[in-house]
Amino acid sequence: MNQAAACVSATALCKAFEDKKARTQVDALKSIELNIPTGSLTALVGPDGAGKTTLLRLMAGLMKASSGSLQVLGFDVSADPQSVQDRISYMPQRFGLYEDLSVQENLDLYADLHGVPQAERQERYQRLLHMTDLARFTDRLAGKLSGGMKQKLGLACTLVRSPELLLLDEPTVGVDPLSRRELWEIIQQLIDDEQLSVIVSTSYLDEASRCDRVYVLHGGEMLAQGTPDQLRCEADDCAFLAVPAEGKPPRELQARLLDAQEQIVDAVPQGGGVRFVTQRDVDRSALEALLDGAHCQPLESDLEDGFMVLLRRRLGPVEANPEAFEGDGDGRNDEVVIEVRDLVRKFGDFTAVASTSFDVRRGEIFGLLGPNGAGKTTTFRMLCGLLPSSSGSLQVAGVNLRTASASARKRIGYVSQKFSLYANLTVLENLRFFGGAYGLRGRALKQRIGAMLDQFDLRGQEKTPSGQLPGGFKQRLAMAAGLIHEPEILFLDEPTSGADPLARRAFWRRITALAEGGTTIVITTHFMEEAEYCDRILIQDAGKRLAIGTPQQVRELVDEQGGNLSMEDTFIGIVERNRQPEKGAA
Amino acid sequence: MTTSLIAFIYRVINLCNKEMLAVLKDPANRVILIVPPLLQSLLFGYAANFDLTDVPYVVLDQSSTESSRTLLDRVDGTGVFHRVATLHSSAEIERFIGNGEALIALHFPSDFEERLSSGDTAPLQLIVDGRNSATGNSAVGYVRSIVAGFNQCLNPETAVSVEVEARSWFNPNLETRWIIMPAMIAGLSMIQTMMLSALSVAREREQGTFDQLLVTPHTPFEILISKAIPPIIIGLVQSTLVLVVTRYWFHIPMSGSVGTLYAGLLMFTIASVGVGLSISALSANMHQAMLYTFVLIMPLMLLSGLATPVANMPDLLQTLTYANPLRFAIHLVRAVYLEGAQLGDVWRDMVPLMLIAIVTLPLAAWLFRHRLI
Repeated sequence: MNQAAACVSATALCKAFEDKKARTQVDALKSIELNIPTGSLTALVGPDGAGKTTLLRLMAGLMKASSGSLQVLGFDVSADPQSVQDRISYMPQRFGLYEDLSVQENLDLYADLHGVPQAERQERYQRLLHMTDLARFTDRLAGKLSGGMKQKLGLACTLVRSPELLLLDEPTVGVDPLSRRELWEIIQQLIDDEQLSVIVSTSYLDEASRCDRVYVLHGGEMLAQGTPDQLRCEADDCAFLAVPAEGKPPRELQARLLDAQEQIVDAVPQGGGVRFVTQRDVDRSALEALLDGAHCQPLESDLEDGFMVLLRRRLGPVEANPEAFEGDGDGRNDEVVIEVRDLVRKFGDFTAVASTSFDVRRGEIFGLLGPNGAGKTTTFRMLCGLLPSSSGSLQVAGVNLRTASASARKRIGYVSQKFSLYANLTVLENLRFFGGAYGLRGRALKQRIGAMLDQFDLRGQEKTPSGQLPGGFKQRLAMAAGLIHEPEILFLDEPTSGADPLARRAFWRRITALAEGGTTIVITTHFMEEAEYCDRILIQDAGKRLAIGTPQQVRELVDEQGGNLSMEDTFIGIVERNRQPEKGAA
Repeated sequence: MTTSLIAFIYRVINLCNKEMLAVLKDPANRVILIVPPLLQSLLFGYAANFDLTDVPYVVLDQSSTESSRTLLDRVDGTGVFHRVATLHSSAEIERFIGNGEALIALHFPSDFEERLSSGDTAPLQLIVDGRNSATGNSAVGYVRSIVAGFNQCLNPETAVSVEVEARSWFNPNLETRWIIMPAMIAGLSMIQTMMLSALSVAREREQGTFDQLLVTPHTPFEILISKAIPPIIIGLVQSTLVLVVTRYWFHIPMSGSVGTLYAGLLMFTIASVGVGLSISALSANMHQAMLYTFVLIMPLMLLSGLATPVANMPDLLQTLTYANPLRFAIHLVRAVYLEGAQLGDVWRDMVPLMLIAIVTLPLAAWLFRHRLI
């Protein structure tokens, strides 16, 4: 490749962070070699802590490399960061929108900061507002926008001037599939119209597969690089779809396959069956035994399959701890534990939840799905007794938690959307506090804390302040705190948001084991493929109930043949079908 | 009943423990809680206290004799006092002190020498500008020591000969520090207890931990108690720091009993924590809580009688002070500390404090779950 045409090139690039207290050194990036051509769309993928953000921040000249060289747009970043920064735009994971300013004021502010000439602004604004579909909301405060709209505004603010290179750090975390699709359309349009180079880090592999080139990072090392097609080939001839016999939930098969790491690289539920990737040297007879008569057909591998093969090869067998969950519960039965009838919640004249009804049965995994601002979290908060309903009735474990005595809350566990444990308390102190809050003490408390540390792989981190834990650990600690009192019903609000594919697999393995033990689980998620793990799902949009049923039933609402339409397409189909008449009328 | 009581106590201890850890684990917090009250109490103690380096003074010597001149020589000889003018009528004193040209005026009466030689006590009138009370106070002390030395030389056998009659203009009571420091015992700790409690719920709301707390079986009452106890303890510790500084650094003698003082301080701290927690439960985030507290603390200080007596305020403001816990606390602490008041004497201050706590604490508990979002 011609050196002049490269927009980013790195040689032996290293970055180490020193922990002064522990006198240790963490290598965030180890000898990275990169050569990204101008005008291309490039993805950085990898699990949490792989070094994606560090690499982007180095490119943006926000920190200095420990050693090695990094050229961006022909400039040496460490020697001349200002020249680089004048030519690039960088959107960090949490973009700094001013929530008390309106959409227009935010745009003006960033235009001022970047010194965009007044004459160019109007045209630029119009184009950005049109692209992001925010033109209708210019007077709205940024803080009052939905998560997806905030991200779009963040992108618009990043793009108030035309950069030569755009760096995006996980732009779609916490964004629903519809908004995600829209964001990517904007990015694509920019590349087509302005010959922009874009480097994006993401934990969604379907996003990475839209890119020209993918770099797979792991633990600071470059694991692999290539076109999505090249990486996909890692799993060629190893991807299959198995459909279990009638009446058996696919997630049992999925769990069995995932646990058999000798034979199987990866297994996820998909379209009523289980998509799995075998090891190259799989033992056919062992595989037959695992499948237990399920109908099996080969599939074309995708980027995620390839990524999992690469990671597993690197990591070796991962210890899962599902046995620990096998509770004494008798599993599922038809007893209704959550009953919601005509639930309504209004904030002023805005209806957040409109007349919603559903039941959840014991031992079920019940998924609440919907775009940003659909009313999922509001429904959740009402169920947990954190918010009163405007009208309608709801019962959780036989009572309304808003009005029931405090002790009734012992029966539920709650893990909120963002990490919400005490950041300066250690892991152990947090567990001790939440155990104590649920009336555990003495030996019982000690025993439960021990069990939680084991089940959620938190050993060795007991003394770490929870705020300093890496992302995956935080999520596991939040789960541990929510489960320390062995609740009958567990509420999980977007627990996998921002988690990498590996962490999500491990998370769902734990959830399915819990459900087998008889715990009822109500969960919201943005990852549509995760709906496949649920027994039943409810799709909400603009506060209304659009669909409810098993994933298969919901799929058939969109596609009568009941084929293997992906959950994401199903979801978008349902939401768009519902929005259509509205738009027509407007 | 007993088992549920024990369970209740365990839960409250568990919560308190968490609150204490949350406050004390933050190294910045630890410093903030100890250093400012110490620094501020020293600052307040000294702030009004200038070094005696240059004291302008005037003389009205109506006796104009050997003894008065000797005494004046001694005053001039210190190098600290410098004479601005030698006056001829008492009306001039008013002018020099009034426009601040002189800090003190020495007035020798015409019968000064006569009285001295007859073995009588001769009065030396000393007029001080009370508006600059701390410096004035020191100047008076200095003059007194000069006169004492003069007396010693003049007549070693009899102790009394020249007697200083100090009169302060504009501020008859020169003991600023005696007035300020006991008030600080209540005032300084209020700033931080209120801030600490105002941040406590707001911090949890902002970080999302409050929802997590509300879904546990803790009742609002338990949460309230455990949110209140740590700032109360911290507030009392801070009061103690200021008390120690007042008593042992500035040597201001304490007349009342420690028990009575702490009973009053406890009631006051509970009331200010109640105000702080109500602010906290109303705020959506720490930023709001901080703003509300700042906006509130200023008038609380002004309307407390700390700097200016409540009786001098306009009627409307006087009425407002009835809602101010600090007004009662300052009155109470001064009464106990300086006048030696007993518990029975200060009930008029205790009852309003109790009323403020009875209104604000349940309000805070109710707001935990009912704040409009």
